[in-house]
Amino acid sequence: MEENVKKFLYVNRKAPYGTIYALESLEVVLIGAAFDQDVSLAFLDDGVFQLVKGQDTKGIGVKNFSPTFRALGDYEVTKLYVEKESLEERGLTADDLQDIMYEDEDDDWAEKPSVKIVSRSEMADVMSGQDVVLSF
Amino acid sequence: MSTLHTVNKSPFATPALQSCLNHAKDGDAILMIEDGVYGAATGTGIADAVAAKSAAVKIVVLGPDLAARGIDAGRMIDGISSVDYAGFVDLATQHDVTQAWL
Amino acid sequence: MKFGVMISEGPYTHQASDTAYNFVKAALDGGHEVPRVFFYHDGVNVGTRLSVPPQDERNIQKQWTELAAEHDVDLVICIAAAQRRGMLDENEAGRQGKDAHNIADGFRISGLGQLIEMGIQTDRLMTFGD
Repeated sequence: MEENVKKFLYVNRKAPYGTIYALESLEVVLIGAAFDQDVSLAFLDDGVFQLVKGQDTKGIGVKNFSPTFRALGDYEVTKLYVEKESLEERGLTADDLQDIMYEDEDDDWAEKPSVKIVSRSEMADVMSGQDVVLSF
Repeated sequence: MSTLHTVNKSPFATPALQSCLNHAKDGDAILMIEDGVYGAATGTGIADAVAAKSAAVKIVVLGPDLAARGIDAGRMIDGISSVDYAGFVDLATQHDVTQAWL
Repeated sequence: MKFGVMISEGPYTHQASDTAYNFVKAALDGGHEVPRVFFYHDGVNVGTRLSVPPQDERNIQKQWTELAAEHDVDLVICIAAAQRRGMLDENEAGRQGKDAHNIADGFRISGLGQLIEMGIQTDRLMTFGD
């Protein structure tokens, strides 16, 4: 890794659509991808709702931005940590989340999942190893 | 590496403080600011959790926010200290990263 | 230390911009540097030149304009968030065919890259939001 590569963590704890934080946080991630830093996204508390599949926003008249998560792999953002306890508290399982994949260039472009379901204490470890934490 | 966590909402309004307590690691610090200072009061539903965490994590309140809200510094949970903005800056300097629990 | 600051909420409705201001002042008084403050989400509204708060209340925008001038702090308003919320500088207003611009002195509109750059170039990134 070159010098001056920092570990950036984007923390998402809010549900989508009721407020703009989820969408505008994702916009930072996409722009930030151009800077070649070591990027991770954390989804915990209500943030796990952002990744739920089957979002249909036609009835509320706002843009459905959830497909954008599936493009993250193309931007080399491949570490999406989702907290297990947050899912369970909300009656969700991994099956409720959309499939977000990336192609691993170090493994013959094999398709792998970007979403990593982690325990609360593993999430705490992820958080503690960062250089810059952006919360939305 | 250690983290300074900031919590700015009342623990009776949002789960931010609880979530912060669940994720802060030993050696980190938690600073309650703005409405977050209500989390420092004794006799609340979250006071025991805060007190328990204060053994391994330094828990601090921003004094000016306490005063603004008419909270008597004497009614804070044992072990919680108060800082001013200069102290806030010092905490941010002493810890490697600051993480805001919004 | 070099501090970068992100302000994610608008003036008056949330305490975020006040807390940030007090933090930045304390940091500067303490001999630290604050090269940039980045305004995102509703925080872009801090940079309006049209606010007329009551005389006996602080003028949040003015405080930032003066602080920036005195200490050479780069006040950056995110263009994407600004466009959504109707915060335009003269250039943007011209480009978008709007008949007014409303960015206060000392603030400039720029891209989200400035936030990432701030994270890379400072020692500590502080977030003030809700």
